[in-house]
Amino acid sequence: MKIIDAPASISPSSPADCPIIEIRGVSTRFGDTVIHSDIDLDVEAGQILGLVGGSGSGKTTLLREIVGLLMPSSGSVKLFGHSVLDADPLIRRKLRRRFGMLFQQGALFSALSVFDNIAFPLRELRVLDKEMIHELVCLKLGMVELEARHGQLMPAELSGGMVKRVALARALSLEPELLVLDEPTAGLDPDLADNFVKLIGMLQKELGFTVVMVTHDLDTLAGLATHVAVLAEQRIIACGTPAEVLAVDHPFIRNFFCSEHAKAAMQKGFV
Amino acid sequence: MAGASVDTDERAGRLHVTLSGDWTLAHLPTPISGLEARLQALAASHPIWDLQAIPRIDSVGAILLWRAWGRRWPDSLNALPQQRSVLERAAAIRPADASKPQVSRLAAVLALGRLVLAAFKNLRQIITLIGQLLLDVAYLCSHPRDIPWREFSANLYKSGAQALPVTALVGFLIGVVLSYLSSLQLKTFGADIYIVNLLGISIIRELGPVIVAVLVAGRSGSAMTAQIGVMRVTEEIDALATMGVSRSVRLVLPKVAALSIAMPLLVVWCSAAGIIGGMVSANLQMGLSYGFFIEALPKAVPLGNLWIGIGKGFFFGLLIALIACHFGLQVKPNTESLSSKTTTAVVTAITLVIVVDAVFAILTRNLGLPA
Repeated sequence: MKIIDAPASISPSSPADCPIIEIRGVSTRFGDTVIHSDIDLDVEAGQILGLVGGSGSGKTTLLREIVGLLMPSSGSVKLFGHSVLDADPLIRRKLRRRFGMLFQQGALFSALSVFDNIAFPLRELRVLDKEMIHELVCLKLGMVELEARHGQLMPAELSGGMVKRVALARALSLEPELLVLDEPTAGLDPDLADNFVKLIGMLQKELGFTVVMVTHDLDTLAGLATHVAVLAEQRIIACGTPAEVLAVDHPFIRNFFCSEHAKAAMQKGFV
Repeated sequence: MAGASVDTDERAGRLHVTLSGDWTLAHLPTPISGLEARLQALAASHPIWDLQAIPRIDSVGAILLWRAWGRRWPDSLNALPQQRSVLERAAAIRPADASKPQVSRLAAVLALGRLVLAAFKNLRQIITLIGQLLLDVAYLCSHPRDIPWREFSANLYKSGAQALPVTALVGFLIGVVLSYLSSLQLKTFGADIYIVNLLGISIIRELGPVIVAVLVAGRSGSAMTAQIGVMRVTEEIDALATMGVSRSVRLVLPKVAALSIAMPLLVVWCSAAGIIGGMVSANLQMGLSYGFFIEALPKAVPLGNLWIGIGKGFFFGLLIALIACHFGLQVKPNTESLSSKTTTAVVTAITLVIVVDAVFAILTRNLGLPA
């Protein structure tokens, strides 16, 4: 087990040496149901953080709060040192261009072709010329191991694995410093899932972005994560390197990481 | 973080170009074309490129440089291995063939042909749907336990009972307007009392059914197309099929049956509201008493007109529901298809209602007119 350091060429983002994600005292309530109470979490540049927890423990809710789709009942979420829900629309907009999100079902625009889906965020910038966008999209398609001719397909014509790849290409199109993944391998067969995990790992090494992902697939976690945060009983009960988390004595952690299958997966990935 | 910058100096008779700052999408100066033009001008004199002072370069920066270099490696380049790998990625792009297919001179004819073929295809599919529904009805007659009563009653409530307020309001207002405008004309001829004939025939025979059909096509027809369409998108229809439940019995038939029954009732309701509106307006405008109006109505409007109105209501309801369900079943699993099919369903339904109304007018031209 080793922590992948951020490559030397990647300088920490402004303002200098603050964590990429800084969650302070976040509580979430839906009506009378308490989802999170008083959560603190930091993610440093270059980390790959896996967020795990049981069903209904609020993993995806926390992820949605990180990207600003949902406002926590109390507490603050800061990305790159700025609040995601900053009052200044310019700051909000700039912030949203610095991270990419991969949704569970891909969330590709079904009315647009694969090419236009990936080109969409680039065109929205309104600074790149047509030829540049064309080359960038071809480059991104190559990055996720698709061919240029796949650009003409419509999302409805893609297989599950391809949808994920195209969604990843779209999430990466603005060269984000942070990639947020919601169940990146859900709905893929083990072989495809394995390939996809390798692809994300390879791109992360090459491009040096930070990753936060929600997953309940141990193979994905073992194959990618440098850090693990465990969400249970409305708070984060453990956060650190996988070895540190495994050492925490808690019924959920014992159940989650210490079943026979889990042991096999962890052996394969972490050792 | 510094923006991308370009410095040049002469050393030992050769031009050195030193690039520094972040060559990333977020930090390139805008417009990018200015920077690109400068780089191209520099590339023309074959200088020594030094990239080592660049802390961060992404694919946008790499493509920019690659294009400025004329898509080949420069003669002399000082770059870190990591920068080189980013540039190699840009060098490896094989752009897809972006050439547009040639537009044929016969494009207009082809488009017309496709339209006609699509119309025939839709017609054939609707006839298939009708055939399927007839088979379903025959099956349900022999298996009355399978009749989907719950779906039928739910549809009757949604497309019938819930449409009562809006149809009454529209009918009433049309009656008022029609009565007011007609009375202005009739008064000049002193033919005030003919307002009863005018309103009675036109509203009961023509306006009532057509107004209700347009309202219902927009209200219930679009809802049916959208509902069946979304069920196709979310694979709910396939789920029904795997459970051995027929989609035509459970989804289409209750809708068609409910609307065929609700429409004639709505037509009567809307026509009544229209007549009442006309009566109120005639009373205010010309002082025609309510009692006289009610007494004169049966004499001026033979009963046949009411049957014609009810018959039209039945056929219009059948037509609207069939077209709505047909286009709902044609929806492909994407948002664009859903919106276009819903639009097509409503437009086709309203157009066909008007066409069928004209056919009705010809077929019933000798019926229901006062002797």
